[in-house]
Amino acid sequence: MDCCYIGIDLGSTTTKAVFLDENENILGRGITNSRSNYELACQVAREEAEINARFELLKRKLGGDPRVASQLDSVMDNLACQYALAQHLKQLEALRNEVTSIVKNWIHHKEDTDEYLEAQETIFDFLVLQAYQDFLPGAEVQSDFFRDLATSLYLKQADLVTKERQLSFERLVGVFDAAIIRVENKSFALFYREYLDFARDRVVEMEMFKDLKGNICDAVLDITKKEFNILNTVGTGYGRLTLPFAKEQIRSEILCHGLGAHFMFPDTKTVLDIGGQDTKAIQVDGSGIVTSFQMNDRCAAGCGRYLGYIADEMNMGVHQLGPLAMTSKKAVKINSTCTVFAGAELRERLAYGEKQEDILAGLHRAIILRAMSLLARSGGVSSEFTFTGGVARNEAAIAALKKLIDENYGEIKINISSDSIFTGAVGAALFAKRDPKGVMADLEISKLKATNRAARPVAEQIA
Amino acid sequence: MRVDEIINQCETLYHDLDLNYVKDWKARHGSKAIGYLPVYVPRELVHAYGMLPVGIMGGGDNLEIIRGDAYFQSYICHLPRSVIELGVTGKLDCLDGVLFPAICDVIRNLSGMWKMEFPDKYVKYLDFPQNFARAGRDYYLSEIGQISQDFEEISGKSITSDDLNRSIRIYNENRRAIRELYDLRSEMPHRALTVEVYLLARAGNILEVTEHTKLLREYISAVRDCDRPHLDNVRVVVTGAFCEQPPLSLVRALENSGCYIVDDDWMLCNRYQTCDIPETDEPLRAIVDSYLSNTVSTASRYDDSEDKGKYLADMVRDREAEGVVFAAPSFCDPALLERPMLQSVLGRENIPYTAFKYAENTGQIQVIKEQTGTFADSIKLWGGE
Amino acid sequence: METTATERREVQKEQSMVLQKKMIGEHFVKLANAKEEGKKVVYTFVPGNLNELIYAFDMVPVHPEINALQSGMRKKSGDYIQEAEKTGHSKDVCTYVKCDIGMMKKGNIGPTGEKIPEPDLLLLSYTGCFTFMKWFELLKQEYKCPVVMLQVPYQGDGEITDTMRDYIVRQLREEVVPALERVSGRKLDEEKLKVLLESSARAEDDLVWVWNSAKNRPSPIDAYFGGVYYIGPIFSAFRGLPECENYYSSLRNEVEDRVAKKLGPTTPEGELNHQRYRIVVEGPPNWTSFREFWKVFSDEGAVMVASTYSKVGGLYELGFRHDAAHPMETLADYCLGCYTNRNLPSRVDLIEKYINEYHADGFLINSIKSCNSFSAGQLMMLRKLEQRTGKAGAFIESDLVDPRYFNAANIKNRMESYFQMIEAKRATV
Repeated sequence: MDCCYIGIDLGSTTTKAVFLDENENILGRGITNSRSNYELACQVAREEAEINARFELLKRKLGGDPRVASQLDSVMDNLACQYALAQHLKQLEALRNEVTSIVKNWIHHKEDTDEYLEAQETIFDFLVLQAYQDFLPGAEVQSDFFRDLATSLYLKQADLVTKERQLSFERLVGVFDAAIIRVENKSFALFYREYLDFARDRVVEMEMFKDLKGNICDAVLDITKKEFNILNTVGTGYGRLTLPFAKEQIRSEILCHGLGAHFMFPDTKTVLDIGGQDTKAIQVDGSGIVTSFQMNDRCAAGCGRYLGYIADEMNMGVHQLGPLAMTSKKAVKINSTCTVFAGAELRERLAYGEKQEDILAGLHRAIILRAMSLLARSGGVSSEFTFTGGVARNEAAIAALKKLIDENYGEIKINISSDSIFTGAVGAALFAKRDPKGVMADLEISKLKATNRAARPVAEQIA
Repeated sequence: MRVDEIINQCETLYHDLDLNYVKDWKARHGSKAIGYLPVYVPRELVHAYGMLPVGIMGGGDNLEIIRGDAYFQSYICHLPRSVIELGVTGKLDCLDGVLFPAICDVIRNLSGMWKMEFPDKYVKYLDFPQNFARAGRDYYLSEIGQISQDFEEISGKSITSDDLNRSIRIYNENRRAIRELYDLRSEMPHRALTVEVYLLARAGNILEVTEHTKLLREYISAVRDCDRPHLDNVRVVVTGAFCEQPPLSLVRALENSGCYIVDDDWMLCNRYQTCDIPETDEPLRAIVDSYLSNTVSTASRYDDSEDKGKYLADMVRDREAEGVVFAAPSFCDPALLERPMLQSVLGRENIPYTAFKYAENTGQIQVIKEQTGTFADSIKLWGGE
Repeated sequence: METTATERREVQKEQSMVLQKKMIGEHFVKLANAKEEGKKVVYTFVPGNLNELIYAFDMVPVHPEINALQSGMRKKSGDYIQEAEKTGHSKDVCTYVKCDIGMMKKGNIGPTGEKIPEPDLLLLSYTGCFTFMKWFELLKQEYKCPVVMLQVPYQGDGEITDTMRDYIVRQLREEVVPALERVSGRKLDEEKLKVLLESSARAEDDLVWVWNSAKNRPSPIDAYFGGVYYIGPIFSAFRGLPECENYYSSLRNEVEDRVAKKLGPTTPEGELNHQRYRIVVEGPPNWTSFREFWKVFSDEGAVMVASTYSKVGGLYELGFRHDAAHPMETLADYCLGCYTNRNLPSRVDLIEKYINEYHADGFLINSIKSCNSFSAGQLMMLRKLEQRTGKAGAFIESDLVDPRYFNAANIKNRMESYFQMIEAKRATV
C-alpha cells in the first residue's frame, strides 16, 4: 500500500485536491467546479486526484520498464485520453438517461414526446461520435469540465436539429439545463476501474503499441488494484467552514498558500494571491511559515470577480480580457476598482471614445494597484516573489504586476507556476504530512458528517 | 496679459504636483516654505517670516495612488491618501514644515502620521478654538504665539509688529481682489467662467501673495469686457467642497451642465475672513479676533449661533441664486453631517437643492453632469418645485 | 442553526455584570422620572465627560453614544440607522449619530423600554472626536435647548501644555459652570464636587488594579470584551457616586478571587481558563454582533489582556486620578488625557507598552468604519507596531452599530489565519 497525504482547497469557483507521497512529492492533482454542493465538489476533486496519482504511479512503473521507456510519453498520453474519453462517455450516457426520463415524464406537450425523444437521440449520438474524435492526444481541450464541454456541443447540435425538424430550441435547452444539474451532482470517478480497462483495451489495440500489450496490461492491472493508505487529510479554502472537517484538519488558506508557494519556489519571501473573492498578500519565512498577511477590504474591489463584472459589461469571456488588454498601446487611467462603479466608469470611458483595449489595460493596472497596497500593508516586497490565484493566469495582470514591482521595489524575481491553482491544496497536503494529528485519516465525506457532529458539539453551534 | 494666458499659467501651477514653483521661489529668495492643508491657516504669519505658504489640496485626478492606499482603509476620504502619496514620493520635500488645521479627525490624525513618517520636518496640528468667547481667544493667542516662535526658529528671523502688519495688509489686498473676483463672477458668470475663477483661486495656494493679487487684478480687468455669450443657465451656489477638491473636469462639467456657479466654498483659505484684518499694535490679536468674529461659516467649524445654516440661505439671496448644489467628498464626515441641517434650512426657505458625492479623482463625471443638468432644467421649467 | 443553539444555552455572566445591569436599570428609571421629580437632564458625551460636575448640580446625565451602543446590542440599531438615512443622512457617516437620530425619531425609547427625557442642556464636551460637534448641532436643531461647548484641545504634539489646561479651566469657570447654574437654578456646591471627585479617585484605583491583573497567567479578565463592561459605570453616569465605588470594589474582589484560584474570565460561553493567545486590542468593538464577535476569540482560546478602547473615557494606568484638591484643573487633565485625544505617535507608544508589559502574543486592530478618530492612521500604527515589537498584528474591519458592516465569516477567516500563524511560528521557535 502506498502511504499518502491529501490536501483539499475548497475555492469559491473551483475545488482542488492534491495527493502527496511520504517524500513530499506530488502524486496527483484533481480539480473540479465548486458547485453549490461543496461536499460533492470535495469528493470529486479528491477522486480526480486519486486517479491522477494512479497515473503518476503508472508512469513511474512503465518508465521503469526498459521496453516501454522509449515510448513512455506517447503511451501515457494515449492512456490518459482514452481514460478521459471513457469518463466522458459515462457522463454522456448518464446525461442521455436523465434527458430521456425528463422528456418521458412531461405532463404538458405529451403529444410531442416521441418527436423530442428522437431529436435527443440524434443529438446524443452525435455527441458520442464527436467525443471519440475530441479525446485524442494533442487535441485542444476547450475545458476541463464536463458541464462546459457538453453544454457548448449540445447547444450547437440542438440548434441544428430543432431548425431542421421545426422543434422548439428553448424546450430542448430547458430539458438539458434540468438534466445537467442532476448529472453534475453525481460522482463518476468511482468507475475508474472500468475506465482504466477501457483505456487499456483501446491503447493496446493501437498499431504502435501492439508489441507492448503484455507490459501495459500488467502495469495497468497493478495500478488498478493499488490501494492508497491515506494517513491524513487537511482542508483549506473559502468553503472550508462549510465542511465538517475536524478542527485539527483545517488550515487557513493563508497558511496553505504560504507553504504551498514555498514548496514550489523555496526562496519565496512574498506571495500574492488574487482569487475570485479576495486578494491576499502574504510574507513567509525560510521554511514557508507565514509571518504576516493582509487581505483586501470587505468589498471585492480588485479581485477576480471584478474582472468578471467587466467581462459581462463588455459582453466578453473573462479569459479574453487579458489578451485584448495586451494589445493596448496606451493604458487609460482608471481610478475606481469598485465593482459597483466599474460598469458606469467603463460605459463613460467608452462613450468618450476610448479604445476597449486601452480601458482594459487601465483596469488591469488598477487591480494590480490595489494588490500593491496590500503588499505594502503586509510589509512590502524584498526578494523572491510568487504570484498565485486565478488572476495569475491573466497575462495583462502579470505584465502590470511586473512593471509595478519593478518600479517600486526594483528588480525582483517573480515566480508564476503553471500549477499555481493548486498552491493552496499543496500547502494543505504538506500540513497533513507534517502535522499528522488528524482524527480521521481519510476523508469520507458521508461518514465525516456524523462522526464530527458527535465529536464536536461546538461545531454544531458554529455551523 | 490675455485671459487665456492667465488661465494657462494657473493651469500649469494646478498640474505641477512636483511644486517646481516652490523650489524655484525658495532658490530665488534663499528662504523656506511651509505647507498647509485646506480650509484655513493664518498665512499672514508665514509670510511675515519671509516664508512661502503653500496650500496642499490633494493630488487631484492626475496622481496615481500606489503607496497611499496602504495607509488608509477604503472608507476614508481620498485626500489624505493622495497627500501621503505626494509625501512619500518626495514631491513635498521642498516644504520645510506642514500645518494641519482642524478640519476633521482624519486630517488631525494625518498630522500624527506625518510626524512618524517625516520625523525631521516641522509638523503642527492647529487646533483652532471652537469656543469663540474670551477663553477661546486667549487660547488661540497663546497657540499662535507658540507658532510664531516656531517660525522664528525655522526661518532664523525675528519679526516686529510692523512686519506682521505689512503681511496682514498684503493679504487684505489679496482678499479684496478675491472678493472682487467672486462679485464679478456673480455679476457676469458668462464672462468670469467658473473653471477660470477656480483655477485663479487655486493659484493662490502656491503663488506668492503679491504675484497672485496682481494676476487676479489682471484677470478681472481682462475678463470684464471679453466677448462671451450669455447662456440660459441657472444660478447656483455650490457647497460642501471646502477640503478635498473636485477634479477640474467636474468643475467644468457643472458649468457645462447648465449651472452658473455664483458662489462656492472652494479654496476657503483665501476667503475665510469676511473682511479686512485691521492693522493694530497687536497684530497677532487682530488675527485671532478676526478668526473669532469675521469668518465664514463652514462644516469644519462649530456653529454656536441660533440659526444654523442661515448663512447659506442668505448667500443664495445675496447672489440671486436659484438653487444649491451640495457637492461633498465621499466619506467626508463634516460635510455630510452638515448637509441635512443645511437642507432643512433650504427646505424652509423653499430653495431647491440637489446633492452628490465625489472624490478628487472621480472618473464618473457623466452621471453627475446628468444630475445637475436635470436639476438646472427643473429650475428653469418649474422654478425647482 | 446557530441562533437557536445559542439562545437555548444560558449566557454566562460575571457577578459584576449582574450588579451593573441593576445599576443601569435604576439609572433609566431615574431618567424616566427626572422631569416629574424636577431634575434637569444633561446630554453629554462619554470621552472626557464631566460627570462629577453634573452631579454636583444634582442633574442627571444621558450619553447618546451609550444609547446607540445599547440599541446595537439589542439589535435595534439597523432600523434606527435606516430611519436617519431616510431623513437625508449619508451612508458614509458615523452610525452612532444616525442610530441616535433614528432612535429619537422613533420615540426615544431607552433600553429598559422607558422614554428617555429630552435634554435641558447639551453639554458638548468635545474630546477626541470631531463628529461630536456635528452631533450636538443636529440635536440642537431638534430639541431647541441650550448648548454649552467645552473644547478639549487635542494633544497634537503628544503632550498636555499649560495653555491647554488653562483653556479648559477657563471654559469651565466662565461658561460651563454658569450654564449649569442657569439651567439647574442652583449655585455650584464645591464641597459636594470634592466629595464626588474623591469617590471617583477611589473607584479609579480599583479599576487600575483590575486592568493590571491581566498581567497574570491565566489572565483573570478579558480587558476588551469583558473590559467594555468594566468601564460601564466609570465612563458613564456613575463616576463619583457611591454605587460606582461599590461596583469597582466588588469587581476587584471578584477578580482577586479568580487570580487566587487561577481562573480566567467568564465569557458568554463559559470560563476561559485555557488561554492560548494573549492579545492587545486597538479600536472599539462591534456592538450588533458583540457575542458572536467575542466568540470568534474565545473559541480560539484568545484572551484580550489590554485594550485602548477601554481608555476612551479616561486613561488611569499612567497615573492620572481625579484630584479633589484642584477640582477644575483635575477635570481639565482628565479630559485631555483620554485615549482618542492622544496623537498617533503616543497611541503607538501606548500599545507598544501594553504588548510588552502584558506579554502579549500579538495585537489586533479592529478598524471601525464609523470612527475616523480611531481608524484614520491605524494601518500605519499596524506597521510601526510590527516593526517595533516584532509581533504580527491582525487587522479586521467592522462597524459600531451598523449590522450591514459586520461580516462574521470574514472576521473569523482572518482571525483563524492569524492564530494559526502565531501557532505555526511558535512551533518553529
